[in-house]
Amino acid sequence: MRYAMAIDTKKCVGCSDCVVACQTENDVPIGYCRDWVVEVTNGTYPQLEIEIRSERCNQCSNAPCVRCCPTGASHIADGGIVLVTENKCIGCGACINSCPYDARYSHPDGYVDKCTFCIQRIRKGLEPACVATCPTKCMYFGDLDDPNSPVSKMLKIRKYTTLIPEAGTEPQLYFLM
Amino acid sequence: MASRRDFIKISGLGIGGLAVSASAYGFYKTLADTPPDGTKLKINVTRTPTYCEICFWKCAGWVYKNEDGSIWKVVGNDEDQHSNGRFCPRGTGGPGMYYDEDRLKTPLIRTEERGKQSFREASWDEAFDYIADKMKRIAEEYGPECFALLTHGSGGDYFGTLIKAFGSSSIAAPSYAQCRGPREVAFQTTFGEGVGSPERIDIRDTRCLVLIGSHLGENMHNGQVQEMSDAIDKGASIITVDPRFSIAASKSKFWLPIKPATDIALLLAWIHVLIYEESYDKEYVEKYTFGFEQLKAHVKNMTPEWAYGITTIKPELIRESAREMANASPSVIIHPGRHVTWYGDDTQRLRAMAILNALLGSWGRRGGYYVPEKVDLPSWPHPPFPTPSRSWKDAFPDQFNLAYETLASGICDATVPTLSKACNFKGWIVNGTNLLKTIPDRRKLIEAIQNLELMVVVDTMPMEVTGWADVVLPECTYLERYDSVRVSPHRKPAVALRMPATEPLYNSKPASWMAKELAKRLGLEDYFSWNSIEEMLDWQFKQIGTSLEEMKKIGVKTYERSYDDLYFYPGQDVEFFTNTGKIELYSTDLANEGFDPIPVYTPHEEPPEGYYRLNYGRAPMHTFSRTANNPNLTDLMGENAVWINPKVAKIWGITNGQYLYLENQDGIRSTFPVKARVTERIRWDSVFMVHGFGHDNKKLSRAHGSGASDSELISRVHMDPIMGGTGMRGNFVTFKFEPAGEEVAS
Repeated sequence: MRYAMAIDTKKCVGCSDCVVACQTENDVPIGYCRDWVVEVTNGTYPQLEIEIRSERCNQCSNAPCVRCCPTGASHIADGGIVLVTENKCIGCGACINSCPYDARYSHPDGYVDKCTFCIQRIRKGLEPACVATCPTKCMYFGDLDDPNSPVSKMLKIRKYTTLIPEAGTEPQLYFLM
Repeated sequence: MASRRDFIKISGLGIGGLAVSASAYGFYKTLADTPPDGTKLKINVTRTPTYCEICFWKCAGWVYKNEDGSIWKVVGNDEDQHSNGRFCPRGTGGPGMYYDEDRLKTPLIRTEERGKQSFREASWDEAFDYIADKMKRIAEEYGPECFALLTHGSGGDYFGTLIKAFGSSSIAAPSYAQCRGPREVAFQTTFGEGVGSPERIDIRDTRCLVLIGSHLGENMHNGQVQEMSDAIDKGASIITVDPRFSIAASKSKFWLPIKPATDIALLLAWIHVLIYEESYDKEYVEKYTFGFEQLKAHVKNMTPEWAYGITTIKPELIRESAREMANASPSVIIHPGRHVTWYGDDTQRLRAMAILNALLGSWGRRGGYYVPEKVDLPSWPHPPFPTPSRSWKDAFPDQFNLAYETLASGICDATVPTLSKACNFKGWIVNGTNLLKTIPDRRKLIEAIQNLELMVVVDTMPMEVTGWADVVLPECTYLERYDSVRVSPHRKPAVALRMPATEPLYNSKPASWMAKELAKRLGLEDYFSWNSIEEMLDWQFKQIGTSLEEMKKIGVKTYERSYDDLYFYPGQDVEFFTNTGKIELYSTDLANEGFDPIPVYTPHEEPPEGYYRLNYGRAPMHTFSRTANNPNLTDLMGENAVWINPKVAKIWGITNGQYLYLENQDGIRSTFPVKARVTERIRWDSVFMVHGFGHDNKKLSRAHGSGASDSELISRVHMDPIMGGTGMRGNFVTFKFEPAGEEVAS
């Protein structure tokens, strides 16, 4: 089992519903976020293009945050999801510095927090909150080992990129172009 | 090297910097048995149905509560055609409206002059007695017709009943004369029917979606944004006409970066191409329309070359985009837009858009405009309303005869006493609309308010308008109350229930209760003869084959259509509700009223040197000014910015992120500075900002002073002579670097 997410940049409008849905679903305190939206404009008027990406933890197969964690709080759970055990985390921030995607933040309660692909929902057979709420249905989630999962299907038929592949982290967040 | 999060343009700017005490909002609700690895699983969660009140789309959903009864989240109801189970960011951020600690908490009575937020706390009895006494005095001295309701919220239903029972018919929503009115009149004069809300457009199955200044995706009209995404999936093309490279423009096959205020010329050139290339739907036009020959003669010389000189859009692009529409016909939508009060000839612009739809045969066709249906829900029985002897319309003899709804700005105008006006308003109830950010020309609005003998404001938040009220009534949020049954037209008729997820916080109350209490004091209790709102809702639901009990479980009930008539069937005979019974390309209504029966392009004033046209619009995470203090949504976007083309910025020496002031053609300078967003996405002759920011009430702790208010810069109004719409895009601004009054004369 290998969970992954694909995001269709052709459909995303950058509304940030994924951000607020994650905040409410996971009780992420106001002022913090586990996912965020990046908007990049290229060109000069009127030859322009915009790329919009909803970003979050890449749930890397070769995760530097897990390797550098001194206490073992950062670990890999079912389906390759990277988790943090809150009461093992000493808040040293090594993982935050090691992450090329800046996907982690220090929770005010003293531990490091990040996207979990809403593992509590997945285990109940639900989609992650961001995927479930997205008005444009631009996010596809599932198991890469299952050829019929939404994410597998999209990666079969569409061109895609990953973020900073040169970091060698084997990210599992795919952007459909 | 900058961290990646520095590039975040839309969300998450608050990292680290905004360590607001989250516990203040009650967000720490983790359970005792929480696994400590971020896999929190909530137990004993409960849910109740609602429909959203963050905007007018009214998506139905579920409010989830934690085990301790506190509100956790709001998500869409899968059965709902408005949301299809998916809320937009504003709806998802709905709990922020409930948790906002700046909410109005108790009734207030003014202690100093109007405009100052100086109040004393009052009991509900005292507030109601105060209002009822004044209302009675106004009725005795001037007549009950001199009382008006200005409303943009669900509670308006109850205050509407109260006002009608009191003896006035002057009930206005700013969403008409300040927003969608010209569109409704244009489509009524063309097709005999308005567009309505949600718009009857079949984006889901369209092959070509044409947006005229409408920025879907930034304006988060949920169902439409969803269907636009579906259409992209199915390979539909999008054509966007906008001086700004909107998000929709970035998803378009054709973007027409039009010179602002020249849209009618482009639309007429498109009509020219369709007619003279003979690519319009001939059969449809022949069978259903009236006035084709007049239209053909009218646009004879309105070639793409003619339009090029006006719009700056290259003739080939005009032709290619017209052919794109023709190829998709009849599954093509010239989107009617929503906020369309721009330049004062808006009904005519919308007429041109309606005519295009008719030529393409999209009205009544799959992928075009469908035929909506709604549930016929009986009202709770009440005595007949008295017939008012006067209304707002008497203040405007022989004007606006084609306006079928009340003009909020008309009520405002009629409140300023002049000898010629037959009906001066003496009292207003303002429900759920922050008039200071809604009605343009603030000077006139305030003059009107100062002439009132009673102004009551009902709101959940201390919006600016509350500062002008004599009495402020704190409404509880939509998460804490029942409201009227949602009965909106859609592909299938459906109803939705809003019920309280929790008890109202503070001393806030639902509008239904307020209206009933006031009715008692005015001797109008017969109009509110239900014992409880549950009793009324249950009775209404039982008339349509359901019950309150069932609706509490399902939230939304969808019915089958009475007939299989979502679209016209081939060759169907259709009688349109126009004078000729046809789709009127040539409008007999407009001709009778002395207006151009076919749209004409008239040039609009251009910005003087050093000034730029002020365009404004929406952001997906905010609704007007209503959400400007919502903790969840300000976290996504806490202030607006003024978009400036880099060439313009260079002339002025403005750098990205710099704060500056805007000053309009009338010397009005923004109260607060606004951040410059230097971007290629905007033309050099205009600037853009998101509406609804720059609040000056300090009681809005997050919104106060955050960004600038477009509304205060809209002092010039171009009124639509056909229906009284207030065109707001004829204002020009320049850049200033000091606040008003502190500039040294040079």
